[in-house]
Amino acid sequence: MSEHEFEVNGVRRTVSADPLRRLLDVLREDLALTGTKEGCGEGECGACTVMIDGEAVNSCLVPVCQVQGARVTTVEGAGLESVQEAFLEEGGAQCGICTPGLIVMTRAWLDTCEREGRVPDEAEARRALAGNLCRCTGYGKVIASALAAAAEGGER
Amino acid sequence: MTRVVGTRLRRPEGPDKVTGRAMYVADDVPVGCWWGKAIRSPVAHGELLGFELDPAFDFSQVVLVRAADIPGVNVVDLIVDDQPILASDAIEHWGQPLLLVAAADQATLDAAVRAIDVRVRESEPLLDMEAAEVVFKEIVIDKGDVDAALASAPHVLRRTYHTDSQEQMYIEPQGAIAWPEAADGTVLVRGSLQCPYYVQRALARALDIEPARARVVQAATGGGFGGKEEYPSVVACHAALLARAAGQPVAVIYDRHEDLAVTPKRHPARVRHATGYDDDGRLLAMDVDVLLDGGAFTTLSPVVLSRAAIHAAGAYRCDAVRIRGRVVKTNHVPYGAFRGFGAPQVCFAVERQMDAIARERDLHPATLRKRNALRLGDTTATSGRLEESVGSEEVLAKILERTGFEDHPWCQPRPAAGRKRRGAGFSFFFHGAGFTGAGEVHLKAKVDVRLAADGRCEVHSASTEFGQGTVTMFTAIAAEALETGPDDVLVVEPDTGAVPDSGPTVASRTCMVVGGCLARACRELRARIDAHGGQGAEGSFRERARAFLAAGGDGRVEVTYASPPGLVWDDERYEGDAYPAYGWAADYVEVEVDLDTFEVSMERFVSAVDVGKAIQPQLVEGQIEGGSLQALGFAHIEVVGTKDGRFLQDRMATCIIPTTLDAPPMEVLLVEEPFSHGPYGAKGVGELPMDGGAPAVASAIEDALGISIDRVPATPERLAAAWLAAHPEEAL
Repeated sequence: MSEHEFEVNGVRRTVSADPLRRLLDVLREDLALTGTKEGCGEGECGACTVMIDGEAVNSCLVPVCQVQGARVTTVEGAGLESVQEAFLEEGGAQCGICTPGLIVMTRAWLDTCEREGRVPDEAEARRALAGNLCRCTGYGKVIASALAAAAEGGER
Repeated sequence: MTRVVGTRLRRPEGPDKVTGRAMYVADDVPVGCWWGKAIRSPVAHGELLGFELDPAFDFSQVVLVRAADIPGVNVVDLIVDDQPILASDAIEHWGQPLLLVAAADQATLDAAVRAIDVRVRESEPLLDMEAAEVVFKEIVIDKGDVDAALASAPHVLRRTYHTDSQEQMYIEPQGAIAWPEAADGTVLVRGSLQCPYYVQRALARALDIEPARARVVQAATGGGFGGKEEYPSVVACHAALLARAAGQPVAVIYDRHEDLAVTPKRHPARVRHATGYDDDGRLLAMDVDVLLDGGAFTTLSPVVLSRAAIHAAGAYRCDAVRIRGRVVKTNHVPYGAFRGFGAPQVCFAVERQMDAIARERDLHPATLRKRNALRLGDTTATSGRLEESVGSEEVLAKILERTGFEDHPWCQPRPAAGRKRRGAGFSFFFHGAGFTGAGEVHLKAKVDVRLAADGRCEVHSASTEFGQGTVTMFTAIAAEALETGPDDVLVVEPDTGAVPDSGPTVASRTCMVVGGCLARACRELRARIDAHGGQGAEGSFRERARAFLAAGGDGRVEVTYASPPGLVWDDERYEGDAYPAYGWAADYVEVEVDLDTFEVSMERFVSAVDVGKAIQPQLVEGQIEGGSLQALGFAHIEVVGTKDGRFLQDRMATCIIPTTLDAPPMEVLLVEEPFSHGPYGAKGVGELPMDGGAPAVASAIEDALGISIDRVPATPERLAAAWLAAHPEEAL
């Protein structure tokens, strides 16, 4: 056991945990942030996507010791409202289990586009979301949601 | 004109889903909850001799449940009582549950599992369905004189087709939490499930309690696709038996590996066709033999076979049809429900057979379909007459107009262009909505609506939401029938302690059957309120509803499903009106095949679908796009193989499904040919889009490469082998 200090959704947290404990478990069990889902536990499905210092990662593959001092953003965090709104309006969420991961990934993608001055388009959206499996939608409405969020611009 | 039906409502549960507040079973584990797990068979066939418990581990800190500890019947309640909750002697499949363990925390549970050794005597498993001797169910459909029609037909084509298994791959694995018996004698289970009343019956029999004492609540459910129709009964019984032993709530939550390794998947199938036809490709005789691998236990196989048999002749008119279907026992992990339920397998076969006939007669596949498609007034393979709501011609016309496929020189020699070949393919199909034959009559689905004190209308049904949009669709139907807005409707959580048995959420029945009951109930409630307050009375719906209640009005209406009049079904002869209505559809696919890697890339997909009425078009499109992508995956990339009775693809890294990059742009063309007994004309849509994708993809690959595709998935390995057999000069 050791102490790990990091920021989650803008709040500084200190967690006492085995350094190899998965960030996913720390979020869900120690911090009661159950919006982040486990779909496979091996980095294939993307349901557990969170941002660490703005980079999207699979939290099932990240040991908690690696987020020491970092900023972690989950689906419960701020700054996701326009993406959430787009998924509601465009029908991008069906059963909802992959939705938190998709929403965080979409935010990370739009932030990257903005940072690098690229224009978000459908081909980019498909590449950006390729690591997030959804079995309900066929992805058409997921991509439409991501592009609708992009059309909202950098607004949060 | 409808006011709410046909519009776009937002999902009432949507805000919880997009913010992460929706509570799936693993998100809401009570304080003090224990963790449970099944110890499973390491062999596919044999005899259980016993368990060896490592004396180095302190077993006093865990609870164990053996077959002998089950207070009720050691059977997973379904159709036939052949599947034990825990094996007591005979082992019939790999991964069969033998012993249950629970501990106060995961680490102790893992240690306990490691400290238990299973002793078995292994015997030779039967894994080849063609060699199977035990037949779970056989169905024969007979229409006209098939032998005579085949003998006199100018042309006869005989071919055999295969479809492999497929994994549902809901993104949330199976899971349930059970509480020990409460002071009032009630056992509570919360789980990820489609059919609360199936689980209730299973719990009641396993625990030997009255059904009403088994209370089952559906948690938010992360996908089902049929995969959470029957198996949640197993998970729930395990959790409840452990909770009883531990005296604590127990969570049984599968990880992905366990879920993939042991839960039921689509039945592998072999389908043989002998088809007689004339010079113009008109069908004169269809003789179809369907064989399904049922795996080790009956589960839902007889019903899957029923749907397979009824759909085996496709959406075509033919006066002489014989269909013989069998589902047999092997030592594979039991196969079970998956969207389409037997129809995707037989649809693949009959659609490929139609393409093969088109090639034989040098006809365009679209021409052949149009010439033989079932139309209003025709009779189906079971001799049921199609009296209304037949959108066959319209879906064909719409998709052909949109894609121009009739002008595409399908399978005609074309100048070869480089190492990438393009092709286009097509399929035409139907899918019966609701339970087969007299199923709905026996089931007597119920819905009730109740005015709450605030004047809102609560909808009570056992129909579950797991992505399809049940809550939204019910909200729209209720608001429409009550002549008010969606905000005056509240669809309550499925809880057997509070909702009537509306039947399972399966079989493309929720909208047509349960939604139909709901519309009737709401119209009756509306009439009562109007009669009390006088039509056109002042005030909002809620105000008038409250006034009605205050005056002592009965604000509760229960409706039981009544089948449309005139439906006749003979279950012995498999003859008559198999379904009250069918959905009709046609799919069009364009592919590109890489001749070096044999990767098939989906370039375009169009589907024309007759749903009767789209209660919520955005949801219907979501169902069609999602179901179609599952069908495209089934066609070429989703591989589920077995070895020695074990699934080879038992991790998400190997059991792959399509990603955003595998999915083509999809276009949905809705056709609304109303069904007079469906709510606002609606029929079913859940399963239909699973049926046509695989044959359309195979048709497109055949067009691109000129080689026959008689088996799915058409993996790169299989395509390479077929291509090299046809082009030996390319072999390395």
